[in-house]
Amino acid sequence: MNAARRFLPLLALIALAVLPALAGKFYVELVAKIMIMAVFAMSLDLLVGVTGLVSLGHAAFFGLASYVVALAAPDPYTAANLWTSLPLAVAASAVLAFAIGALALRTRGVYFIMVTLALSQMVYFVFHDTKVGGGSDGTYLYAKPEAKLGGWSLVNFGDSTQFYYAMLFLLLLVFVFLRVLLASRFGHALAGIRSNEQRMRALGFNTYVYKLAAFTLAGAIAGLAGYFAAVQFGFVNPDMLSWQQSANVLLMVILGGLGNLFGAIVGAFAFILLEDLFSSLTKHWLLLMGGFVIMAVMLLPGGLTRAGDAWHAWRAHDA
Amino acid sequence: MPEPTPALAARNLTRRFGGVVAVDDVSLEVRHGQIHALIGPNGAGKSTLINLLAGELAPTSGTIALRGASMARARPHRLALLGVGRTFQRSNVFRNLSAFENCRLAAQARLPRAWALHERASRCDVSATAATQALAAVGLTARSDAPGEALSHGERRELEIAMCLATEPSVLLLDEPLAGMAAEESTRVLDLLRRLRPERAILLVEHDMDAVFAVADVITVMADGSVLASGTPEAVRNDATVREAYLGEPIGSP
Repeated sequence: MNAARRFLPLLALIALAVLPALAGKFYVELVAKIMIMAVFAMSLDLLVGVTGLVSLGHAAFFGLASYVVALAAPDPYTAANLWTSLPLAVAASAVLAFAIGALALRTRGVYFIMVTLALSQMVYFVFHDTKVGGGSDGTYLYAKPEAKLGGWSLVNFGDSTQFYYAMLFLLLLVFVFLRVLLASRFGHALAGIRSNEQRMRALGFNTYVYKLAAFTLAGAIAGLAGYFAAVQFGFVNPDMLSWQQSANVLLMVILGGLGNLFGAIVGAFAFILLEDLFSSLTKHWLLLMGGFVIMAVMLLPGGLTRAGDAWHAWRAHDA
Repeated sequence: MPEPTPALAARNLTRRFGGVVAVDDVSLEVRHGQIHALIGPNGAGKSTLINLLAGELAPTSGTIALRGASMARARPHRLALLGVGRTFQRSNVFRNLSAFENCRLAAQARLPRAWALHERASRCDVSATAATQALAAVGLTARSDAPGEALSHGERRELEIAMCLATEPSVLLLDEPLAGMAAEESTRVLDLLRRLRPERAILLVEHDMDAVFAVADVITVMADGSVLASGTPEAVRNDATVREAYLGEPIGSP
């Protein structure tokens, strides 16, 4: 079991690295999309799994960055420069997360969920009900941002395979960054807040500031994912910051298993691949999806990444 | 000789919960080098008073001063950083962390540069040293690696105190540290309190009267939210109103 735990991530990484050589364009693009959602899910895991903050408004930061891609472009046929539009998108998401977090973190538990939901829906309606970014229809982006270094093109986002490897690199980068963060004193303090916030305050931790920092950082990383989602899809619309989007990413994290980042990645893969599978089977695929999620939560309370533990517990119980 | 300015002073503290007056016009001083015991029957308002002094609750009226400086509306983390350490009546340790990790996390609260994300918490020498010393002080060194949930009740009570010590407080607010401890563990904790006394101000809420009369320099008795009596153990033992509050039983008699 321990050997499997060590080698499974490595095998998965190798599989991801060789996938474009084996699979067709459809799957290369699908897995690239999944990796973007995995980055989004990891950013939410920092809040839900690590810090114990259940946010139902995380799509606002994802969607806002998507809109920045459209709004920063001079016109739909000319893309903004990557080096200016990416920092701008991430900064916009971070600022929004700071503002929403500053208000929402004054509440706790179910009230926190409601406040994050309400504030993110306000952002949704700004884009849905005004002319900004094309109103409820959204905007098409006919050109991809260029990643030029000097006169040399670093990566062509219009090429599926190149975009795929760029997203694999992004996934690894965010994963390693968050793992280092979890091992730092800041990460330990966040885990302490999830476990017992009153105790952390009594020890001298300003838990509000820690939580706000985590919320802002999670928003910025969600923005990173939202930026590349807009680049891949070639359009932005208000659905990208809707509460359904927030709920989907929350489901991914819960499905995969909370708090270890692997779960967020596995959850994103499981969720989107099943969505793809079920929707090819029947029009009523949401019914199948709902049934699967209920089964998974009942049988694997620790998520897919802790299926081994659930299996051992079941065996031990049976014996 | 105690210093002239009390380490922690409460003046006319009152806290109401709706129509209930949990703490009613309480004044109390905790001095450097002293163990000040707070006793009283259940519901007397002792824990509410500790929560007021630790900043967990805001007083309805009255003031709190730390070394002479007003601490009006100070939040718990602010008071903790200024040197007010507290333990909880119910053991409040991190159950999934080892005893050592519990103390290291506690010590970490005082360190600067909490945002240095590249530094691994497990490699932090300063907090590791503080944690090791705190565990040694309460006699838990042998149990360093045991997770919080695997510790016995008494060991968890000791870990509570160790976590508090790891933050290097100058004022200790201990809420029933001996509750549920075996006699041997109680003796060890009382010895620890005597050793800590010269360098600190200690407020001890405790039900174990023998322990209180064995270590306290000053005793304050509370009943129904207000102070019934306050003074040396000898004076309190002979106080008529105190005897009455304890249903006529002679308390703390040798």
